[in-house]
Amino acid sequence: MTKVDILIVGAGPAGMSAAIEARRHGASVLLLDENAAPGGQVHRAAKPDAVGPGAAQSREGAALMAALRASGAGLHSGAVLWAIEPGPRAFVLQDHAVHEVDAGRVILASGATERALPIPGWTLPGVMGVGAAQILLKSAGLRPRGRVWIAGQGPLIWLYAAQALARGGEIAGIVDMSRITPHALLRLPRALTAPGYLLRGLAWMRAVRQRVPVFRTRDVVVEGDGRLERIHVGGQIHTADTLLLHDGVVPNTQVTRAIQGCEHRWNAAQRAWEPVLDDWGNTLIPGILVAGDGGGIGGAAAASLSGRIAALEAVRALGHLGGAQRDALAAPLMRRRRAELAPRGFLDALFVPLPMPVDEVTLCRCEEVTAGSVRAAAGLGCLGTNQLKAFTRAGMGLCQGRICGPLLHATLAEARGVPGGDVDPLRTRFPTKPLSLGELATLAPSASAASASGKG
Amino acid sequence: MEIFDIAILGGGMLGSAIGWGCASRGAHVAVLDGGDVALRAARGNFGLIWSQSKGDGAPSYAGWTRDALAAWPALAETLSGFAGRDIGYRAQGGLVFCLGEEELEARRAFVNRMHNQGASDLRLLSRAALLDLMPSCKLGPDVLGASFQPQDGHINPLMVLRGFHAGLAAAGAAHLPGADVVQIERDAHFKIHRADGTAVQATKLVVAAGLGTQRLATMIGLDVPVRPVRGQNIVTERLPPMLPLPASALRQTIDGTVQIGITNEDDGDPEPRTRVMNLSTMAARAVRILPSLAQAHSLRSWGALRPMTPDKLPAYAQSDTHPGAFVAVCHSAVTLAAQHAGPLAEGILAGRLPDAVAAFHPRRFHV
Amino acid sequence: MFERVEPPDCTITWQDREIPARAGESLAAALLAAGINRVRVTGMSGAPRGPFCMMGVCFDCLVTVEGEGARQACMVPVVAGMRASP
Ligand SMILES: Cc1cc2nc3c(=O)[nH]c(=O)nc-3n(C[C@H](O)[C@H](O)[C@H](O)COP(=O)(O)OP(=O)(O)OC[C@H]3O[C@@H](n4cnc5c(N)ncnc54)[C@H](O)[C@@H]3O)c2cc1C
Ligand code: FES
Repeated sequence: MTKVDILIVGAGPAGMSAAIEARRHGASVLLLDENAAPGGQVHRAAKPDAVGPGAAQSREGAALMAALRASGAGLHSGAVLWAIEPGPRAFVLQDHAVHEVDAGRVILASGATERALPIPGWTLPGVMGVGAAQILLKSAGLRPRGRVWIAGQGPLIWLYAAQALARGGEIAGIVDMSRITPHALLRLPRALTAPGYLLRGLAWMRAVRQRVPVFRTRDVVVEGDGRLERIHVGGQIHTADTLLLHDGVVPNTQVTRAIQGCEHRWNAAQRAWEPVLDDWGNTLIPGILVAGDGGGIGGAAAASLSGRIAALEAVRALGHLGGAQRDALAAPLMRRRRAELAPRGFLDALFVPLPMPVDEVTLCRCEEVTAGSVRAAAGLGCLGTNQLKAFTRAGMGLCQGRICGPLLHATLAEARGVPGGDVDPLRTRFPTKPLSLGELATLAPSASAASASGKG
Repeated sequence: MEIFDIAILGGGMLGSAIGWGCASRGAHVAVLDGGDVALRAARGNFGLIWSQSKGDGAPSYAGWTRDALAAWPALAETLSGFAGRDIGYRAQGGLVFCLGEEELEARRAFVNRMHNQGASDLRLLSRAALLDLMPSCKLGPDVLGASFQPQDGHINPLMVLRGFHAGLAAAGAAHLPGADVVQIERDAHFKIHRADGTAVQATKLVVAAGLGTQRLATMIGLDVPVRPVRGQNIVTERLPPMLPLPASALRQTIDGTVQIGITNEDDGDPEPRTRVMNLSTMAARAVRILPSLAQAHSLRSWGALRPMTPDKLPAYAQSDTHPGAFVAVCHSAVTLAAQHAGPLAEGILAGRLPDAVAAFHPRRFHV
Repeated sequence: MFERVEPPDCTITWQDREIPARAGESLAAALLAAGINRVRVTGMSGAPRGPFCMMGVCFDCLVTVEGEGARQACMVPVVAGMRASP
């Protein structure tokens, strides 16, 4: 059993910033991440990019990493939190061993995952996420080459393409599935108040358009025998060996949704569930805070700020800092966070998630459940994804609903003709990351304590 | 306003079975149900169709259960048809494993006691006999034997529920989920008010609301004490076949997943929570029975609440003050589904419950 | 497909085949760099699958590493000489 003032889960911008801030006020800190190295989704580079799009962000990442090393926070890489109980007490798996951590405060900074884009044929090998390709580029230096296509919508498409081209990569074509709506344009003026944000995005887009053909359609179909070989784009056939899909990102709420009483709310603008938080990041569960994209998508800079804000609240709660001091330190951070969030309304309105596919398309990759089966279950009276899961096994597989959860939810809402907030999200369950029964069994006081109940 | 023949208050394992039993016999049925995350034992249970260990000192319960087992093969076939897939009904016998001498002796005494009450098929198997019965099964060294009941079996309870719901739809029943019942009125008909402001009218009604039964039963003049008893479950990834017969607290489903149960926690806590320490203890026991499970990944755990009466036996009754209004509650509703869809539904349609359930009237809690 | 910006610095074994890799990168990255994007078939329909999310979320990259099954190739760092298979 380890005891620590503050346990931070996730070493992205939010988690690293929280750790540095909490150390500054004298709290003991344990920071863990299931990846082999800290950095989270955005700062994955083994060494920072000197030039090109993302160079500035890459320098920020390197600075954060250095500050983290100097801070004296304990860092555990390759460690995954799989359960959390009142206390808070956390259960962590690292190198096949289970550890218990009692913490004064837990800050969950588990980031975001890509929203899947289920087009016909998307389960074939060769089809991946744009974010996945970006991870390959940043962490392993793999650039796209040959018949690599991109389809979907969102800023990450243009950023990745620009980054890949700057590193000498090749992209055969981009299918832009977005549609500009009046609703989005209304939100443009506020977005333009944010520091350089949209201009940067437009610059990436221009740079990419000069070198890569861009198609505008929503009609994309993947084909191939055993792996991706061709894509149909608006009725035209192109050979392809890799297709990168993207439809924005959603908060990773795998852990918070498993905590009894930790309520979530539907963010109608972002079309995603997020934990109910106050300005400091406190959830409704005493001792558990959320920072960064895991509490709602805001981007890396906002994540970093919310990490620091949550850390200030945590050290205050543990008596390392007075309330007035906390407020004074947090005020400028909160101001900067508001500025960073200014473009969200525009982006959220511009990139409304794409509609769900025809009946034949698989939604749950693990249990191979199609959109049609989901719609049939809706017809049997499934109001939410939990009854749906019981009736179809969708969401019961190894990914524990991480990929299909938002898709099942959207399909059910469409089928019922109700807003997303009226459709309950999947309740996740501990262990929120699979662990072996052998690993789980190591915690039992004595293996013989259990006895047969003999009851059905 | 439409007047249904029968309104079922509760769409869990009991309500669905009774509702389908009535609808398939021609009644116009409405099943009223709660929301997506209602505390539904139907979704959290272990899936055994089980007679051993039941009815010690309660011969009417033993008989009711035995009849259910006999009726299951036909019901399973019907429900597989409705669910559109194999619902996993297998009844080649069920086991209660004994780890160590102490458990073996306790089980031996139990088997003897049940024999004296007429459970002649229940046997105690030695380890050698167990290995003969399941030659492919790699049992751990601590397994010294098991009790064996040849009629016992298991099923996929989620598919049972799906089958009942598809059957209800096929029989033209109305399924009305999404709002709790808040009030029951009676004049010419029953008028059932729901939390969303809607109301349903019916000539008869059945309260089959699991843990909500006690509150609703008072509205029809019956006092049926029900308390929650928690059971925690673990399920693994899909695995190659390793356990051909279901056992108490350990079974492999037809999908290949292994389900590990199931605690009996009678602590008054009304939350279906899990506790890592309990899960760990359950996992440790499962690994002692089948050591190869140590490498299997657990994907989910969940807690479910069994509706439990003071003597743990079912409660079925027609109200004296509100004739035409019935109540039904029990904890082994998967096993008993065949009875609920059969004789119990028939009794409700006829306006008189079968004699076989006379012993289960809740008035026994008030003497 | 993908190609490396930096040269490989070790080899690993995939099934019976030696492939170049860089120590510390994810096993999935090494496989993709070698043109291998199909790493398993699903238990139910036998459909082929390969790495999809690269961040430990989708479980479509499950492989056997040094005899241990169901490891996420995108979360396992390469060690020189590592042996892996579907
Ligand atoms: C695939 C992808 C690519 C992106 N690319 C860019 C980009 O190029 N530029 C940009 O500005 N923004 C990008 N974004 C958005 C940006 O990454 C986020 O805004 C930012 O990283 C949020 O920071 P965070 O600290 O909240 O989360 P993250 O940086 O995502 O960090 C969360 C960390 O928590 C870990 N974790 C989660 N659960 C557990 C657990 N149970 N146990 C242990 N560890 C856990 C994760 O492994 C991860 O390392 C991208 C997002 C995604 C999903
Ligand atoms: S590629 Fe998705 S989990 Fe590894």
